[in-house]
Order: sequence, then C-alpha cells, then structure tokens
Amino acid sequence: MAYARAKRVLPGFGLSLGFTLAYLSLIVLIPLSAVFIKSAGMGWENFVNAVTAPRVIASFKLSFGASLLAAAINVVFGLILAWSLVRYTFPGKKLVDALIDLPFALPTAVAGISLTALYAKNGWVGSLLEPFGIKVAFTPLGILIALVFIGLPFIVRTVQPIIEDLDAEFEEAAASLGATRWQTFRRVVLPSLIPALLTGFALAFARAVGEYGSVIFIAGNIPLVSEITPLMIITKLEQYDYEGATAVASVMLIFSFILLLIINGLQAWTTKRTGRNA
Amino acid sequence: MAGAAAHLSPHSGSATRFEANLATRDRRWVKYTLLAVGLSYFALFLLLPLVAVFIEALRKGWETYFAALVEPDALSAIKLTLIAAAISVPLNLVFGIAAAWAIAKFEFPGKHLLITFIDLPFSVSPVVAGLIYVLIFGAHGWFGPWLIDNDIRVIFAIPGIVLATVFVTFPFVARELIPLMQSQGRDEEEAAVTLGASGLQTFWRVTLPNVKWALLYGVILCNARAMGEFGAVSVVSGHIRGETNTMPLHVEILYNEYQFAAAFAVASLLALLALVTLTVKTYIEWRAGLSTAEETSS
Repeated sequence: MAYARAKRVLPGFGLSLGFTLAYLSLIVLIPLSAVFIKSAGMGWENFVNAVTAPRVIASFKLSFGASLLAAAINVVFGLILAWSLVRYTFPGKKLVDALIDLPFALPTAVAGISLTALYAKNGWVGSLLEPFGIKVAFTPLGILIALVFIGLPFIVRTVQPIIEDLDAEFEEAAASLGATRWQTFRRVVLPSLIPALLTGFALAFARAVGEYGSVIFIAGNIPLVSEITPLMIITKLEQYDYEGATAVASVMLIFSFILLLIINGLQAWTTKRTGRNA
Repeated sequence: MAGAAAHLSPHSGSATRFEANLATRDRRWVKYTLLAVGLSYFALFLLLPLVAVFIEALRKGWETYFAALVEPDALSAIKLTLIAAAISVPLNLVFGIAAAWAIAKFEFPGKHLLITFIDLPFSVSPVVAGLIYVLIFGAHGWFGPWLIDNDIRVIFAIPGIVLATVFVTFPFVARELIPLMQSQGRDEEEAAVTLGASGLQTFWRVTLPNVKWALLYGVILCNARAMGEFGAVSVVSGHIRGETNTMPLHVEILYNEYQFAAAFAVASLLALLALVTLTVKTYIEWRAGLSTAEETSS
C-alpha cells in the first residue's frame, strides 16, 4: 500500500474524509442519482417521447443556440476587456475590475427584471431600438442579452490572469525580429491565450444552458419560440408531469457532465501551457 | 474548476510596466479604440442594469420605496432569506474545511474524482437542483408517502428551501480552500504536530491563519449566492406568500403583479447586498495581495 498509515503524521484523516463523503453523498450524489433512477424507471419509449416532443426540441435548440452565441460574443468582448484591464492604465480601472464580477454577486432574478425594464419597448435601451423595428424584450434576442450578461465574467476572469502572466520577453523578441504589433499579437500572444479562451467559453456556455432566473423575465416564454429548457422542466412540474420533467432534466445533466469533463481537460491544458490555474 | 470563475488570485498590479515597454505598448489609437469598445460593452451590459435597479426602485419616491420594504410579506421574505443563508453558509463552511483538510493534507486514491464531484453543483442547472429534492421529498417522491404519514413537510416548506440553497452553494468554500491548501503543503502542520500540538491546536494556530482570506472569500461568495438563489428555490418553494417566499421569489411575485416599484425596491436590497459582496471581495483580494507581497519580499 502506497498510502501506509505510518506515513500520516497529521490527525483527522478518517473524520474529515468520512464527513466529506457522507455530506457529498447526502446533499449531491444521492439526490442527483434520483434523476437517473426515475428516468430509468419510466421506460425507453416514454423517455424518448418526453425528450423529443416538439416544444422540448425547440427549447433545446433555443437554449443551446443562444448559449453558444452569447459565449462567442463574450469571448470577443471579454478578451478586449481583460486585455484593457491588464495592459492599459485608465481612470476608474479599479471600479471596472471590481464590477466585472457583478453577474456572480447580483441575484439572477434582479438581473432579469432590470434587463427586462431596460429592453422593454418603453425602456431606456428598448425605446432607442424600437424605431429601427428591433424588439429585444420578450423575444429570443432578449434571452441572448440575459445570457451575455451572465457569461461575461467567466471569460474575463479566465483570460485576465493568463494575460497578466505573459512574459514580455516573447513580445520583445517578436518586435526585435521585425514583427508588427498585430503580427506579434496574432502569432505570439493569441496562441498562448487560446486554452484560457476556450475554458472561459465552455464555462460561460455551461452556465448559460442551465440559467433560469435572469432569462425568464425577458424571454416572454412563448411555446416553440422563446421557451428555454429549464423553463420546460418547471412547466412540466407545474402540470404534475414528473416523468417528463425528469427526462428533460436527465438530458441536461448528462450534457453538464460531458461539459464538466471537457472543462477539466481544458483547464489541465491551460495549466500545462502556462503553469497557472485558470 | 467549473462553474464560477471568481477565484482569490491577487493581481500583480500596475499596467505601466506594459505601457512603458516599447515592445508591449499598443499604439494610442489601438488603446483608445479597445478601451472605447470594452468600456461601452461594460457600461451597456453591467453598469446599466445595476443603475436601473435603483432608479426603478425610487421612481415613485422614497415613501413607496420604504413601504414596499416594511410590508409584512416583504419582511417575512427577508427573514426566510436570512434563515436559509444562516443555515446553508455554516454547513458548507464546515464541509469546505473538512474536504480541504482531507484532500490537501493526505494522499488517497480517487482524489481527482472527489474534487470533480465537489464541483458538480456548479454545473447543474438551478432548476434541476430544485427538481432532485422534489423527486426525493415531494408528494410523489421516494420519501413522499412516509413524510405525509408523519406530517413532515419538506417540499413547499422551509426545509426544502434550505436544502436547495445548500446544494447550489455547496462548492463555494471548498473550491477556495482546496487549491490554496494543496499549494501550501503540509510541512507547517507536520512541524506543529511533531512539536506536540494537538490536531485542533494545529488547525487553529497554523492552518487557519494561512487560509483566512481564502476562507472569508469563499464565505462571502457563498452567502451572496445563498441569499440570491432563485431557480432552485423557486422549484421547491411553492410560492406561498408570507410563508415560503424568499426575497428573490418575492421580487418575482411583485413583478408579475405589475407592482414594479415595489419589486425593484426589494430587488435594490439584493443589489446592495451584491455591491457589499463585491466591495468585501475587492478588499480581501487587496489584503491577500499584501500578504503575498510580504512573503515574497521577506
């Protein structure tokens, strides 16, 4: 045994690990397993019928599509923000840096009603877009706005430390060899940011797919048009369709697990590339 | 780690070293274009929604604002939110310390899997987090009939709300402590124990002072999420006014009843909580940065 008892000087191994495993099982693992046990008990045909119903399929397409798009938008603007925060001096920088985490700290329901008020047709932003015929609140576009809000800090906070750790030497070498600033960025800086950008993208995407609070107020929740997948689960529960809700939930859970594995892989890659935990 | 990107990592500070270096300095027009684009995006998506909460809350004046906060249903929602946080934060604090102690100070097989499992609640949709407890404790759930026979209410009652809150805030403290305690190793603790300190003394005098900022960081993030959770709590609450409504749920009810000023008034309290959280968080990052700097300079 490599884990010989004799090697342990510190006390409390049995107690701390035992408590950790018991608490983890009671709060997380056993309750989560309920979803799969319940799904397994409903029969394959019922399961497939539940998750391929037109409303459910439409919600999958919307949730995944809007989440991918929101994460992609945030990759571009998140990188610009992270770059600005690390590389430039400007007034109010500390405040901007602190407020980047607002979506983590602000309850989602508060974000939801606030975004709705802003983007409704008589809201500050909505009334500016109205003359151009652009409707945001109560359309899929509103969902996108909410998911952009929720996802922004994931990109900034994953890329920012990597930019901070970039060794100026590489850029100096590129410059002394005659590379333009853009070439240096494109060929030297960007490749070392790719793992972190992908990690941030995956984190933002994973969060967006499951997001509920900030979306439902602005979405309008029209069947087949602007119903997100988490709302489908709620709707089915309200109709006492526990099996249907569980089936949809198990699809979402499997998706989360796969994404979690991908994110772990990406983070291992980032650490290998940069020697820093993202 | 998956789920939340916020992590206690002291910033290395000033950007002047980049702007003074010819090789890392961007041209002025590049700098100002990127700043203009980045800051506009920041203002549009982060600043504006925050400001709007307070302006909407005060739209009908201070009197309506305070009336919305002292109304009995609002008070009971505030009380329930405080109860849920007061139970879930200490539970997850104890868990975080136990998990970090086991993972960082000892070697055992399956450690990576355990860390992944601890992170799981972050990648589960809040709605699914609520649903799992309905499947177990709901009327049609595993323990449903037994609970009904014994007249115990979990779902659509306070225990369900607490459970859902514990689930969504589960990893916060652990994920701050684990990487930090792993990087600190166990030399200091082993020295203390070898010199005759008891386990508890070692923890209080050696481990705790080393991790206090990360611990506090995890606790305030945990608390912010506990008080603000909406989706998971919404599934298990049953939305009984004055009984099983937390503050975010109360905001939803008021909003759906078109009482916008009142909804935003309660929302503004939660927004204030977010601002306090961010302030404390920034302060901790600053302090942690100071102590890292001291260590490297001495």
